Amino acid sequence: MNTYADSARPLLMRLFVNRDAAVLLLLAVVVLYSMAAVPFFSNDITLYFLLLDLTPILLIALPMTLVIITGEIDLSVASTVALSSVLFGVLHRDGVPILLAAVLALLTGALAGAFNGFLVTKVGLPSLAVTIGTLALYRGIAVGLLGTTAITEWPEGWTDLAKAKIGESMVPLVLIPIVVLSVLFAILLHFTTFGRGVYAIGLSKEAARFSGVNVDRTKVVLFTLSGLVSALAGIYFTLRYGSARGDNATGLELQVIAAVLLGGVSIFGGKGAIPGVLGGVLLIGVIASALRLADYSANVIQILTGVLLIASVVAPSLLGWIGATRQRKVKSSRK
Amino acid sequence: MTGTDGPALVLRDVAKSFGSVVALRAATLAVDAGSIHALVGENGAGKSTLVKIISGLHRRDGGEFLLEGRSVDFRSTAESKAAGIAVIYQEPTLFPDLSVTENIFMGRQPTGRWGRIDRRAMNTEAHALFEQLGVQIDPDRPAEGLSIADQQIIEIAKAISLQARVLIMDEPTAALSGNEVERLMTVARTLRDSGCAVVFISHRFDEVFELCDTITVMRDGSYVSTDPVDQVDVDDVVRRLVGREVGDLYPKQPSEIGDVVLEVKGLTSLGLFSDVDLTVRSGEIVGLAGLVGAGRSEVAQAIFGVDSYNAGTVHVDGRPVPARNPVKAMEMGIALVPEDRRRHGLVLEEDISRNITSATRRSLSHGGLIWSALERRSARQWASRLEVKASALDTLGGTLSGGNQQKVVLAKWLSTEPRVLIIDEPTRGIDVGTKSEVHRLLSTLAQEGLGILMISSELPEVLGMADRVVVLSEGHVTAELGRDEATPEAVMHAATSSQREHA
Repeated sequence: MNTYADSARPLLMRLFVNRDAAVLLLLAVVVLYSMAAVPFFSNDITLYFLLLDLTPILLIALPMTLVIITGEIDLSVASTVALSSVLFGVLHRDGVPILLAAVLALLTGALAGAFNGFLVTKVGLPSLAVTIGTLALYRGIAVGLLGTTAITEWPEGWTDLAKAKIGESMVPLVLIPIVVLSVLFAILLHFTTFGRGVYAIGLSKEAARFSGVNVDRTKVVLFTLSGLVSALAGIYFTLRYGSARGDNATGLELQVIAAVLLGGVSIFGGKGAIPGVLGGVLLIGVIASALRLADYSANVIQILTGVLLIASVVAPSLLGWIGATRQRKVKSSRK
Repeated sequence: MTGTDGPALVLRDVAKSFGSVVALRAATLAVDAGSIHALVGENGAGKSTLVKIISGLHRRDGGEFLLEGRSVDFRSTAESKAAGIAVIYQEPTLFPDLSVTENIFMGRQPTGRWGRIDRRAMNTEAHALFEQLGVQIDPDRPAEGLSIADQQIIEIAKAISLQARVLIMDEPTAALSGNEVERLMTVARTLRDSGCAVVFISHRFDEVFELCDTITVMRDGSYVSTDPVDQVDVDDVVRRLVGREVGDLYPKQPSEIGDVVLEVKGLTSLGLFSDVDLTVRSGEIVGLAGLVGAGRSEVAQAIFGVDSYNAGTVHVDGRPVPARNPVKAMEMGIALVPEDRRRHGLVLEEDISRNITSATRRSLSHGGLIWSALERRSARQWASRLEVKASALDTLGGTLSGGNQQKVVLAKWLSTEPRVLIIDEPTRGIDVGTKSEVHRLLSTLAQEGLGILMISSELPEVLGMADRVVVLSEGHVTAELGRDEATPEAVMHAATSSQREHA
């Protein structure tokens, strides 16, 4: 009878030497440094606005993580945000009860996502091409519905809700749905057979199929979730700024994808985890916020985000190379 | 003129480790010019690592490496190529859209005035190369659609045009059919007679003994022996390979044959196979024989539901199995160990634990949730039942040897507790020791009442293991033979008979 260790690496190594831990550690360092060095950063109002601003990215990053782990991508998320925002506005303007309008906007988002999934799985087109197409399509519909006008008449109770705080604290109320959704997505990815299938598809679609994973259905579900959560972000976006417009959230998809990749998800699929992604989103947000408070211009923030992203993609191969070199040196010194 | 030109290639006490894993301890290989030298060893014995050192993919940690008497240390495959070493792999990688000629001269096209590619010179040389090798391939056709055998020939032609003095063939015959193997052997002999040193790596001893002049055996990363082939026999070699006596290579034990578990009727998939009838009883091993391309794997994949079919029915224990629904097929007790284990059998970048449990996750989960601890418990149990050689459950599937990968795939499917096991090429690319372990296991499983449908291209395996042999030819069942009727001649006759004779 053979016995097998759980792992070739000690438990502490496994827990603390990995991508997620690295991202979270970097986040902690940046937060501590900013609190010490950047004026006003440690005010609770900073945290409050940081979280309000990051909410759409945090939300959409969750399904995006799963989509990218299967080796696909969804570039249409920001357009879906705009589409649902505009639809929410138009329905509200035309007298549909606001709750029903929200539900219809969510359904539209889910439908938009399912359409992506259909094109990717049943028609067999690459998701990059499909979602570039629907990026233009959904944005086009959104702008077409409202033109350059905006719907800004919203009941105050609703817009206040988007900016509400928990009790007397400066912690925004939206943190609660974010935490709930994060936990749900983390469970889905890390503790269900569905999640195991997601990883398997990303690593080897064929082997997944031969193990009884329904590849097409998994992808349709993920694209639908991506559309649904984007629509939720669209409703939040509308209420937070009190404005439904066709050009809402333009370019948001790139921020989401950048954060997800920074959070340790492999663009080639198969690797990544929810905690790291949350860390990645917060890291980008904290850096941007600290730089803004320190009076750097938006360009600098963008350049730094780009550099970070490239560094995060390059880092794993760089680490591998350093490891290999060190091993070689150890060996030659032994001779 | 065998072995008279002195050693072209010498490796002595070569060592190589990857981290803490020692791949080679003291590998030794001396190949004479103008001879064909067999290199045999179990999977994991270090043959591939040795080849990678010779080809410049890896650098050795210690030992000597002499090429035509000069000490060399290649840092890249380009350096080894320039020095006259060529490696032919099991599955060559050509540019499918380019012509055969363009593939041969990729990156070093002969040029005329102003750097224009001289197509005429290229064509003339390509024709001359194929003539020299005695093969008929149209140099102008695109590489796309060429058989693996032809692709290997093109790689060889490329090597010759590069004036390679040492040619290494790494399991070149694993994916070839009978005639193709013959042709490859003829080419290898032509090269030997022109003074090349040829290294031939294969698990098929009949080929080794037919083709090679000398045979070197490796075990556990070390050199065991080198002998002229006429001074050893298969038993000697097998004994040295495994370091122990191997009794019967095919220890099929008689088992009690019960009711029909799998019944396939009139299964048809246009262009692949038609009107296939099959039954497998519990405790029975049914061999599905035929040539490569006869449609055997396609039938298996249709039964399991990963591929669709146009007509026909599949029943397990008398209950109909829906088409194209592997999940349902698994639930009803069908398991498929696929032919291509690296692509279909396991996820190379996932660990042993997740690979073994990948087919049983649904039953392992509680209330829809699954924990790594549950997976590890099940994986540990099945890995130890099949004696998978690994120290930890988070060892990645891709780092295991072929035999151990096959054990992981078997563990994965046996853990589903199937009623019928379809196993496609159970021992392809697996070393002798593990091979007989797999055979013993299949035999035991049959005795425990499992129905087994075994696809195999190795005739001795089919004849040794199967209670009944069904032969496919061009997608049609051309014979069904009982254990007593199944002679090599009968099976080969049915496998090569064309459908027209039966229509």
